[in-house]
Amino acid sequence: MPKDFEQPVEESETFAVKPMDGRAAVVWHTHADGTSHAHAEGTGGGPARAGDQPALQRIDLRVPLLDKNDRLAERNRGFFRKRGIAALNLVSSPGSGKTTLLERTLDDLGPTTRCAVVVGDLETDRDAQRLRRGHAPVAQITTGTACHLDAEMVARGVEALDLDGVRILFIENVGNLVCPASFDLGESIRVVLLSTTEGEDKPLKYPPIFKSADVVVLTKIDVAEVLGFDRAAAAGNIRAIAPQAQLIELSARTGEGMAAWYEFLRSLAGTAPR
Amino acid sequence: MHEVGIMESAVSAALKQARERGAGRVHRIVIRVGTLSGVDPDALRFAFDIAAGGTPADGATLVIETVPARAWCAGCGLEFEAASGFIFACPRCSRLSGELRRGRELELSQVEMS
Repeated sequence: MPKDFEQPVEESETFAVKPMDGRAAVVWHTHADGTSHAHAEGTGGGPARAGDQPALQRIDLRVPLLDKNDRLAERNRGFFRKRGIAALNLVSSPGSGKTTLLERTLDDLGPTTRCAVVVGDLETDRDAQRLRRGHAPVAQITTGTACHLDAEMVARGVEALDLDGVRILFIENVGNLVCPASFDLGESIRVVLLSTTEGEDKPLKYPPIFKSADVVVLTKIDVAEVLGFDRAAAAGNIRAIAPQAQLIELSARTGEGMAAWYEFLRSLAGTAPR
Repeated sequence: MHEVGIMESAVSAALKQARERGAGRVHRIVIRVGTLSGVDPDALRFAFDIAAGGTPADGATLVIETVPARAWCAGCGLEFEAASGFIFACPRCSRLSGELRRGRELELSQVEMS
């Protein structure tokens, strides 16, 4: 490679030099939509360079950069959409009440709206056992040391399920308020849970995950008072980070606020394309 | 945290462009990174050396262009730079915005090759 190729080049949109082997020099020109085409030298308006170097081509383009997980997540999304399944990714700290919310939801909503669950934990199938119902297939994923579910794990978990007639798939993520924010699973809705035992300021301290929420569920409101938990302050913090998110406040134990959650889920099941 | 995977994707897209145009060597890669894209530019630089090593892009210059986040206010229609972390408050009417217009970009925008 000739050394002069290391030299800085002009800030032009297109750029070409004469190739060594006598091929016609080309000027590539790429449009905003990502398509590009070549003009013969002198017709494209780009500066050409004299000399006997091989053509240096500068291509402008817009190629979205996805890593492997993003690609697999898109595949999952297409799969769910085609089957008319609303997929919900439930994320929160450990112990904020994801499994308890799902237990009650499967009992109350499951008999009329067919649901399925994929649940992730580092170890044990305790959550799958808790969630096992005759009317809702459940798959447990154990991640070993991984602190989050990824799209490939979800695809494998879903493979193990009988999805016939399923309208809502709950994906219960590994309890973690950081890493699951960065891993798209192909869900249509991301639900972030915050429990009253965690404190009102969690959304401010862990903003990325709340920023990505479509719905924020404030759980365990039945014990808010005894904990001295300020629900209005928590709601204000959630609104500040995630103004786009619907806020549902509930207690899966007493049933308070569950009607709004079910109304939301029924609206999803009703609008999911068949 | 997926910077390695993202840089592998960038290098492979650049090499594909080179192959399609009969170029044997990639000299310079420009990527555009939104400030709220969730990736760390330093980690991208580190990952680039790994991803490009042993390929026709080995030794190429990596240029990272930062795209500042801009939010849109549903209250007054103002588009404003969302520079202060994760809370986008409209500077004109103080309303909180959840609509990001720019800042999540993560794309390969230019390749130089020969």
